[in-house]
Amino acid sequence: MAMKWLALVAVVFTGALLIYGVSDFPDWGSADSPANGGIEGAGRSVSQTFIQETKPLTHVPNMVTAVLADYRGYDTMFETVVVFAAGMAIFAVLRVLKTVDGQHSRVIRDRSVDGDHQRIIVGTTCKILIPVIQMFALYVVAHGHHSPGGGFQGGVILGASFILLGLSDGMETAMERLSEGKFVAMAAIGVLIYAGIGLLSQFVGRDFLDYGALQPLLGTPDEGWARSHAMLGVEVGVTFTVTAIMFAIYVNLASKGELKGGL
Amino acid sequence: MVENFNIIILVLLVVTAVISLQVKDLLSASMIFGIYSFLICLLWAEMGAVDVAFTEAAVGAGVSAVFLIATVFNTKRKSSD
Repeated sequence: MAMKWLALVAVVFTGALLIYGVSDFPDWGSADSPANGGIEGAGRSVSQTFIQETKPLTHVPNMVTAVLADYRGYDTMFETVVVFAAGMAIFAVLRVLKTVDGQHSRVIRDRSVDGDHQRIIVGTTCKILIPVIQMFALYVVAHGHHSPGGGFQGGVILGASFILLGLSDGMETAMERLSEGKFVAMAAIGVLIYAGIGLLSQFVGRDFLDYGALQPLLGTPDEGWARSHAMLGVEVGVTFTVTAIMFAIYVNLASKGELKGGL
Repeated sequence: MVENFNIIILVLLVVTAVISLQVKDLLSASMIFGIYSFLICLLWAEMGAVDVAFTEAAVGAGVSAVFLIATVFNTKRKSSD
């Protein structure tokens, strides 16, 4: 109990120190803060460079996507690898590969209409909703250059649509659509697509993930369009991994690693 | 108007954060955590960080709430501290 109060004192002290530190920050949205306006006499800031050069150099109107998939493509690639590794770690911890006496410990619910009345309302609603959610997810991925969105968001929404199917119509139905072999392969293919696009630009003779090098292969009018298209390819890779891993985490968590029964 | 909106969301943010830590029922805690994620998503959208807000809405308020609830159903529902 004494430790609890001691911890509270430490937290309050640290919090107060941080709030005191915030008072030294430039005003929120201030035009002449170092991040927005650059330091005096040191040329323009990173933000200004991105704002001025992203559109002419990459033809991508949404700067966030250009920064995420091109300027810091290396980080995003390893973020995808982190998602992949997280999914594999959950698989390693939770997945039960052997069952005692060939019997599954969980009771599989009666999924007939008589056995589960909720299925009529919830199941029908979700049947109408899921295609819309999936179309929206694909839109978010494909339109990530022009509006907010991209591989991570689209992948999560697409994964969520499969999770919704698993919640509403039973895990078996969802696993018929996306079986274990499929989602593990999908997760690996996503990372391979991303790294493959990076390696391709290396094979053409430039740096890893330097998409401008793909211009002769893609046949675009200039390097900017090659970068724009390669970004879409990279986002598709991210979508594959994130979709598969989100669904993998759900099925393993919800069924204690048996991939049967579920919630 | 926007300032008032910010203040309301920030107050609710602190309230939901404290409640989600204090409540004994872990199912309620995960749902309140989802509300917390949604509030911070609103705050980000209002500040103009739309991509971050979108990610928070999809990951924080959507999928991670489902993960937490799935975990609560397969473990204990009552918090021990």
